[in-house]
Order: sequence, then C-alpha cells, then structure tokens
Amino acid sequence: MSTFAEVLLNGVSLGSVYALIALGFVVVFRATEVVNFAHASLLLAGGYITATLHDDIGFWPALLAGIAGAALVGAAVEFLVIRRYRGNDHSVLAIVTIGVDILLTTELTRRIGTDVIPLGDPWGDAVLKIGPVSIAHTRIAAFVAAALLITAFLLAFRYTSWGVAMRAAAESGETAALMGVRLGRVSLGAWAVAGGLAAVAALFLTVFPTPGLERATSLAALKAFPAAILGGLDSTTGALVGGLLVGITESLATGYQSDLTFLGRGLGDLAPYLVMVAILLIRPAGLFGTKELARV
Amino acid sequence: MSEVLVKPLRVIRSRGYVWAAAAVLLLAFPFYLDRFWLQAGLFAMAAAIGAIGINLLTGATGQLSMGHAFFLAVGAYGYCVFAADGGDGLTGLGLPTWLAAVLAVLVAGVAGGLFSPISGRLGGAYLGIATLALVFIGQHVMFNAHDLTGGANGRDVPPLSLFGLTFDDRELLVAAVPFGSAEKLWYAGLVLLLAGALFARGVLRGRPGRAMNAIRDHSVAAGVLGVPVARHRAAVFVLSSMYAGLAGVLLALIFQRTVPDYFGITLSLEYLAMIVIGGLGSVSGAVAGAVFVSLLPQLLTRYSDALPLVSAPGTGGIAPGEASRYLYGAAVVLVVLFLPGGLVSTAARRRVRTDPGEER
Repeated sequence: MSTFAEVLLNGVSLGSVYALIALGFVVVFRATEVVNFAHASLLLAGGYITATLHDDIGFWPALLAGIAGAALVGAAVEFLVIRRYRGNDHSVLAIVTIGVDILLTTELTRRIGTDVIPLGDPWGDAVLKIGPVSIAHTRIAAFVAAALLITAFLLAFRYTSWGVAMRAAAESGETAALMGVRLGRVSLGAWAVAGGLAAVAALFLTVFPTPGLERATSLAALKAFPAAILGGLDSTTGALVGGLLVGITESLATGYQSDLTFLGRGLGDLAPYLVMVAILLIRPAGLFGTKELARV
Repeated sequence: MSEVLVKPLRVIRSRGYVWAAAAVLLLAFPFYLDRFWLQAGLFAMAAAIGAIGINLLTGATGQLSMGHAFFLAVGAYGYCVFAADGGDGLTGLGLPTWLAAVLAVLVAGVAGGLFSPISGRLGGAYLGIATLALVFIGQHVMFNAHDLTGGANGRDVPPLSLFGLTFDDRELLVAAVPFGSAEKLWYAGLVLLLAGALFARGVLRGRPGRAMNAIRDHSVAAGVLGVPVARHRAAVFVLSSMYAGLAGVLLALIFQRTVPDYFGITLSLEYLAMIVIGGLGSVSGAVAGAVFVSLLPQLLTRYSDALPLVSAPGTGGIAPGEASRYLYGAAVVLVVLFLPGGLVSTAARRRVRTDPGEER
C-alpha cells in the first residue's frame, strides 16, 4: 500500500510537470494555431542555460536566466520564423517548427555531448518521510511550483487584459484585430510564456531522481505532446488533466515494472503514448477538446 | 484554353532527351563508381521510395505523420523474419526472399491499416502527434521482442535472391567489372524506385489524387462533394506505410544488418525534411528532397577534411552528421519561408517562363 501511495504521489508530481509543458504547448496553439514541435527544444534550451550558469551566479539567478533565456528563444522563433510565413496552411507551419526543432536540438545536444549536467538545485536527494511513505523533496517542490505557476497562469488568462486579448485572438483572429488587439504581440507573448514554462519544467525533469540534464531530456519532454493532445489541443483544462494522466500512468508503469516484465523493460517511457492512443481511439478530439464543428 | 493543355512537340522531345540521358547515366554508374558512391546512391533511392510514400500522405493529403520510421522498421524487420532460416537462433520462416520482401511490404500496409481508426479521423498536425506513439511503440518492441528483432544488437539480413541471382557480395564479373552487392542492388533499387514513382504519379494524377488534394485544401468541402474523407485518409495512410515498408526492405538489404537505434524519431523527422525541401505533394519533389537529405551527410563525411568547420566525429568540432542536420534543419525553415513549393518548384517556374504553354 505504501508503494502505491508513493507511486501515486510521484505520478502526480511528474504529471504536474508535464502539465506545465503541455500548457505552454496549448497556449501557443490557441494563440497562433501552430502545433509547436519545437517545444521540446525550448525546454532543452532553458535547462541548458540554467545548468551552465548555476556554478557562477548561483542557482536562483541561473533559474531566472534559464526562464528568461527560453522565453527569449521562444519569442525569437515566433518573430524570425512564424511571423515571416506568408501562407495560411497551418500544417506546413507545424513542419517549420520541426525544422526549428532540428536546428535547436542539434546545437544543444552537441553542446551537451555525452555529459550529464546537474542543475545545482537546493533540494538535492533529501527525502521526506510521512509514516511509511517517503517522497523526495524535489517531487514536492515540483508539484508546488507547477501548481502555483498554473494557477497564476489561469488567473492571468481569465482576468488580465493580456489574457482577454489572447482568448479573443484564439476565438477569432480577424475580429480581435479589428477590435484593436495586436495579434503579433499576442502571439509573441504566447511563445515567450511557453518558453518560460518549459524552462521551469526542464528544471523539474532533471532534478533528483534523474541525474541531470542530458541529451535524452528532450525525449522526456516529448511526453508532454501526448499529454496535450489527449486533453484536447485547444483546452487548458485538458492540458492539466492530460498532464496528470500521463504522469500517473508513467509512474505506475515504472513502479510496477517488476510485475509487468512480460511486456518488456522500459514500459514507463511507453505508457504515455499507449494512453494517448487508447483515448484517441474513443475520443478523437481528446477529452476536453472542442469537436471540430463546421458550418457550410 | 486548349493550347495550354497541349504540350509543344519541342518540349516533349527535349524532355525525352533529358530522361534518356539520365537513364543511361544511372544504368552506367555501377560500372564506373566505387562502392562508396553506389552505397550513397542506394541510400538515396531507398529514401526516395520512403519519401514518395510520406509525400502522398503529408504533401498531397495534408496528413502529418511522425511515424514513418516505424513503418520503415516494420518493412526491414518483417523481411528479416520472413526470409531468415532461423540459423542464428532468431525467429525465421525461411520463405523465398522475394516472397519475404513482398510480404514485408504487405505487413507494413496491415500495420498502417490497424492504425486507421486514428489515421482516418484525425487531421493534419493532430495526426502528427498521434503517430509519435508509433515510433516509441516500435522502439519498445524492437528492443524487447528479442526473438523477432534480435534486441539492441539487431539481426542480420539475408541477401535477396531473384531468378537464381543472389544480391550478395560474391563477386560476379560483368564486362570486366566486379559486381558486389552494391552494384547488383543498384539495379534492383532503380527498378523499385521507378515502379514506385510511376505508381504514385498515377495515384496523384487520377481520381484519388484529386480527392486527396481536396481533403488537404478543405476537408469539409471535399466531404460535401462526395469524397469519403475518413476512408481516403485511412487508405492513403496504408499506401504510405507500404511505401515505407518497401523502403525499409531496401534499406535492410543495403545495410545487411538492421539495428533498432536507426529507426528512431530522428529518422521520421528526416523524411519530413525531405519532402518539405524537395516539394510537398509531388513525386519529383520527394525524390529531389530524398537525394538532398540522404547524400548530404555522406558528402560531408567524405570531404570533412577539406571543409571548414566540419571535422571528424569525436574530435570536438562539428561532426559531419551534425553539420548535415544543421543544414537540412535550416533548409526546411528557409524553403518554407522563401521557396514555398520546394526545390522542384524553381525548376517548374523556370520551365513556365520559357514555355508559357506548359501546364505548371
């Protein structure tokens, strides 16, 4: 029973990190209708900046620098690439983000090489024991940080003028533009926010029990794609639920691996994708996604 | 209007010369080029077959697929399972190799068909994310189903034999040129590529092609006009998987050994890069892009000494593989921004300028 509780708590914590990544993904999709395949590389960029700077300027400034850096990279991608596209086919734009992803990931993995870089976080490998259940400090920190950020984001999305502008742009870009919403600024903001959220997620994907930032971190970040799509690409609630679902499934599959050996090793990495396929079979638009309605 | 549709005889004749010259060159290459270039050319041919498949799906129908590597793997491993005689302790059915190749392609098609509940209902980039699952499921199976795939070490590929001719390294003298596996496979690759290209061209120019383009441009309008959208999406997905399976078989024959690491997410991205760079939605675009993307790393490796910035792997500089990823990553972005239509569109545009009567 205590194993189950541990596995579940870890899953919720991991899921909240995935939700952070998925949220950034959904924000970009809502603001610009672009499926952003470069999201994993934004995450890697944020993590890399934090990892290289923390020795010199300390952990917290380095984390801020990482967040700012990833936001800047995101904004730069929007400004230099997405905005320059003159066509109106969004699946071509999705392929452009793949090109951007190839560039960024190649550069970052080349710099990282075969190293495993620790991020210098203050939590280390400390463990909190509540009765028979033990949970790492990093996991608690991940959950708290993700919960705070997501709450702040949802409040901003609902009540600030920036959030209203973004929702208006998502609803109907043309109408929003006619009402005085500056679409360029909205989409720039969305990409920057996505980058920042991804940088925070990078921190919590690479702290204990994971050894540190390495090449494979971008593969871990890819798991947020199933999270985003199984919740429904255009739904922020969906991103949260999807993130949690993916995190808990992965944690369960890893935790009970010894009982599932007949399915082979490394099932935890596969679980998010299996959940996604299962859910898409039943609900093609995701759990909370709006079904595409078309008026002719 | 009618004169727009009729090609001037001059154009037909000059195009015929170009084709004839290309054919002679391609047929003569094995007699003159060394193994390195033949191998590189063979990779390009296999990639071209795969790229034609994904261009039918992504370019012509607008359905993004990140799972192409999975179907390549199905083809490659399927061929091994059907053709091997089980001598190395792995599952092998010991079928005639040509039959194994055909069956491998069919199995890839069946795998694509099994995905049809999703591939028929999801459109565009949504499908792209869903197909990510295939790559990871494929990797999992390849590493774990040891009996079928040989696990992380992969398994040997039995050489193809057709009408008593075996495509292996036993040397055969043809006009005083020793023919090894690369030389023999070269012709098999040419035939397969030509057949694949002609078939895809037929599909694109006929009714199915019109329907596919209609789905890409406006799926609702296509549905209203009587195109069964879901069925077409699923069918194109199956066809594209079969092309990938064929490319996988050819790749396995060239490599002579299949390893799971090769069929990762990077490979899928490479195929997407090919069709974007070459030109979305056309056969020639797929071939041009495949040649570009698959020859680039080979060229950079070969000439890494002579090139600035590029150095041999492991020496700290930019390795050839990385350099080529930079180049085609940048090419994808630049082509979409500045050259929509890809490399082949520039050729087409030039033709239009000289011959206003030419269609596109």
